[in-house]
Amino acid sequence: MTLRPKPRHALSTRVWHWINAAAFVVLFMSGLGISNAHRYLYWGDYGFDPADAWTAVMRFPNWATLPQRYNLAEARDWHSAGAWVFALALLGIWVAMLANRHFARDIAAPPSAWSPANLWREVTEHLKGRFDPEDGGRYNTLQKLTYGVVFGFLLPLMILTGLAISPGFEPAAPWIVEILGGRQSARSLHFIAAFALFAFLVVHLVMVLVSGPIRQIWAMIAGGRAPEGANA
Amino acid sequence: MTRIARRSLLAGIAALGTGACSKIDGFATSETGSGLFDLAEDWHLTAHRTLAGRQALAPEYAPEDRSPSFKGNGSLTVDNPIYRDQLAKGFPDWRLSVKGLVENPLRLSLDELKALPQRTQITRHDCVEGWSAIGEWTGPQLSTLLDRAKVRPEANFIVFRCADVLYGRRYYESVDMVDAYHPQTIIAHSLNGAPIPEKNGAPLRMRIERQLGYKHAKYLTAIEAVASFDEIGAGKGGFWEDIGNYQWYAGI
Repeated sequence: MTLRPKPRHALSTRVWHWINAAAFVVLFMSGLGISNAHRYLYWGDYGFDPADAWTAVMRFPNWATLPQRYNLAEARDWHSAGAWVFALALLGIWVAMLANRHFARDIAAPPSAWSPANLWREVTEHLKGRFDPEDGGRYNTLQKLTYGVVFGFLLPLMILTGLAISPGFEPAAPWIVEILGGRQSARSLHFIAAFALFAFLVVHLVMVLVSGPIRQIWAMIAGGRAPEGANA
Repeated sequence: MTRIARRSLLAGIAALGTGACSKIDGFATSETGSGLFDLAEDWHLTAHRTLAGRQALAPEYAPEDRSPSFKGNGSLTVDNPIYRDQLAKGFPDWRLSVKGLVENPLRLSLDELKALPQRTQITRHDCVEGWSAIGEWTGPQLSTLLDRAKVRPEANFIVFRCADVLYGRRYYESVDMVDAYHPQTIIAHSLNGAPIPEKNGAPLRMRIERQLGYKHAKYLTAIEAVASFDEIGAGKGGFWEDIGNYQWYAGI
């Protein structure tokens, strides 16, 4: 076995990234199909009358849904199966991230990084298109903040709100539905969190495209090379 | 990871990307696809019953938590003159039979059902479409009837027979013995203190509180203990399961 430089992305990160990418596409598209069955969102425990809805969402076109036509039963099949992959993979990457210190080293940010001045400087640098590609192995505070929110809040919230919508799971942990403010609130939050993740995905893809897409994607497949001085 | 494994993984990802949209519809109905979906459904059922316990209760609400009305969905009536006549008269001749794999078949009027020990529960009804309504239901527990009828040990499922016809087919549903003997599984005759309205399944409707609305069979005429539902309808255990391939376990 030859000694190879440490990769920029750990194997666990890469495997999770692509499993999660596939699971997200399946869950998001089948979720849009499920949404088409009743396009109204409510707050509280109950809700069935469009007059009580806080919003009516669009009817998602067939090209955006899974399957590619209206079929609630099949969309639910994809969603219920995809949920297992998504949830178990998230559990796996959290264990791996804590064990290999990826979270502590790359995602957690020191208090000094949270100063408004530093955050503002990073926002303006981003808007000017300067991301310092040579040093792409280490995340800036905006990236840390974003990945922290995605891993620590949005992805777990998808699972929590998804469990809360399930009447069969509810007796196991009725407190989940209670803290979320009722089943229809949980359903609304499930929808909002899904679109927050979709917004993340759009920004994520744009950033990959403007920062050397071939190199970035290849690094997420083959591992890439850790930057000089980084102890990844 | 070996070189070859990495190549085939890449090829797999590429194939998924290019062929996905045209092939995905076929996947769901293929043997592999439907097998995987069935497996995922079984895991959910097992996980729910392991985590919550088989007899764990669905949440019950206070009277003020009830929704102002209760949506009717699916069949909203039974389209025949006998039903309309019975509805107008308060269902004096409606009979519920308990049959199939039982020692002691029963045939009960509404008054006889109301004379049994009753359970009243304010529960949330979740439709597969996504909406929820909350109402107060009253009726005898299914377990009371099954005990009086003496279900034979070879029975594995309880089938609910209904009077309503949708898309030319008679509605029916089924649950396993765990849900059949669940304390909140009742044969409701009242909603919010009044006889069940026509659109909600008058005169009798099942409550299967840990599952979605399509399991809560309306316009109930018979309860049948069976070993298997393979020979009933299209063999998938219920009307929506047969007609639209909906999940038999509707706890998700």
